[in-house]
Amino acid sequence: MIEIVQSGPLNTVQDLGRPGYRAIGVSASGAMDPLSVRLGNALLGNEQGAAAIEVQTFPFIVRFSVAADFVVTGAEGDRLLNDRALIAWCIHRAAAGDVLEIRQPRQGSRAYIAVGNGVDVPVVMGSRSTTLRGGFGGHCGRPLAAGDTLSVMPASDALPRRSIAVVEPALGLKAVFPAMANDTLLVRAVPAGEHELFGADADRFWTQPWRISSQSDRTGYRLSGEPIKPEAPVEMRSHGVVPGVVQVPPSGEPIIQMSDANTAGGYPKIAGVIEGDLWRLGQARIGTKIQFVRSTHAEARAVEQAVDRYVADVSRTAEMIRRALGVIA
Amino acid sequence: MTIQPSHHSSCRDDVSAFRKGARISFIGARSFLLEAPGEFDLPSQRLIWAVTGLVAAWDEVAEVIPGMTNLLAILKETPEDPRLFVERLETAWLEARSVDLKGKIIEIPVVYGGEYAADLAALCEHSGLSDREVVRRHHEASYRVFALGSAPGFGYLHGLDPSIYMPRKTVPSLRMERGCVTIGGMQTGVAMLTGPNGWNSIGHADLQMFDPTSSTPALMAPGDVVRFLPERIEL
Repeated sequence: MIEIVQSGPLNTVQDLGRPGYRAIGVSASGAMDPLSVRLGNALLGNEQGAAAIEVQTFPFIVRFSVAADFVVTGAEGDRLLNDRALIAWCIHRAAAGDVLEIRQPRQGSRAYIAVGNGVDVPVVMGSRSTTLRGGFGGHCGRPLAAGDTLSVMPASDALPRRSIAVVEPALGLKAVFPAMANDTLLVRAVPAGEHELFGADADRFWTQPWRISSQSDRTGYRLSGEPIKPEAPVEMRSHGVVPGVVQVPPSGEPIIQMSDANTAGGYPKIAGVIEGDLWRLGQARIGTKIQFVRSTHAEARAVEQAVDRYVADVSRTAEMIRRALGVIA
Repeated sequence: MTIQPSHHSSCRDDVSAFRKGARISFIGARSFLLEAPGEFDLPSQRLIWAVTGLVAAWDEVAEVIPGMTNLLAILKETPEDPRLFVERLETAWLEARSVDLKGKIIEIPVVYGGEYAADLAALCEHSGLSDREVVRRHHEASYRVFALGSAPGFGYLHGLDPSIYMPRKTVPSLRMERGCVTIGGMQTGVAMLTGPNGWNSIGHADLQMFDPTSSTPALMAPGDVVRFLPERIEL
């Protein structure tokens, strides 16, 4: 069991989400940085979609009541086991009674605690993710609070887990993701349905910087910047919506839908962020400057494939090392 | 980016001979929105239901979300070139035969007026009708569930009497209770979550319409017929 000792608001159990139910109004939810969850699980030999704890407010402190293997991925900052600093993106073993503390990150905004075999909360509609709006999934359909206890899935294999580490994706996948330029996060997107209706403002959408406003959360990021408007008012009927879509409400300041995206919407859409770049937005802090870069389907596909290969490679290598160490032991 | 199909209704069968092309656009690299041309009405929605059924069976499709005279198809993988899928969708639209879903009948007991009907007075003013008349026109109509969305289990209902259409509020209510029976533009529905809501409330229903632990979590499904039964009218 893992006992929550201290938590800020809105820390939740998340996996890779609950797609497939948008047609009955249920958001997909899932980790804001799915790549961190996949890599943590790959290191531990878990299924890629095993449930983890998403920490977005700090400090976050847990006590292990049984021995457990865990990895902390995502945002970069101090993480301590019994006050001793830990290496990130690396498997550690906690003994019963050990206390893990994750402090305010220096870089990035969300840390993930993945545990051997995954966090065991009930599967609701195919997922262990918490949906805050619907109030179900995860731990009792709500954010974690001090005093809560989470079970860990029982071990399915006997292979020992050692201190296997992986370089963080910003380095390991350097060739796939553009570096920050002038303190600005470059976010790739394809033009969406109503792009042409914005006329000259459509060009400005791509060239001017935007800032992630304080009205941003797991549902969506509101951007601040010089407003953009369609040349004539656009009246849309409600239609399905997915994370990454960039909608422009009447105020002219765009909203990027994120993991808890509503399932339906009607604002005109100017662009859709490519799926491979969503985890980078999930790690972007309020106040971050971003700029959209016009992308293509071919590029979006290439990014997804490169990420999939990377995760598969980590998974394979970790497994190989575990087997080799198992033989030696 | 929009791709307008260039089909002319030359020699297709009589079903599609006069059907206008749908508008197909991107909302993400692996999500495609198909919008029916023409009115917001049952014939358009029947075609959307038909195309939804076809597209949902395609191998490359992960999920199809019918909307209001539109549908969103989400692919399992981002295609290298989107044009092939756009063409496939266009063809499906032009060749689909309208279906009328054989839905079930759902009867929802409603307390009209009373403490939850915060916007009934405004609706009377907007329509020029008495509160009794507004309520009568609402519960005497029979509605079709066009699609679900926005909140778990929320059904968009079509069939509202045009005399009681009422635009959404420009400033939403900050906290509307779950169960409020509401009117938003030409649609009506029952609020599924307590929270901010821009629709106009005229009553309240207790019926539980969503259960995440059930194998069929949502009570409503597209095509269902909904009737509101006045349990009590408090005016």
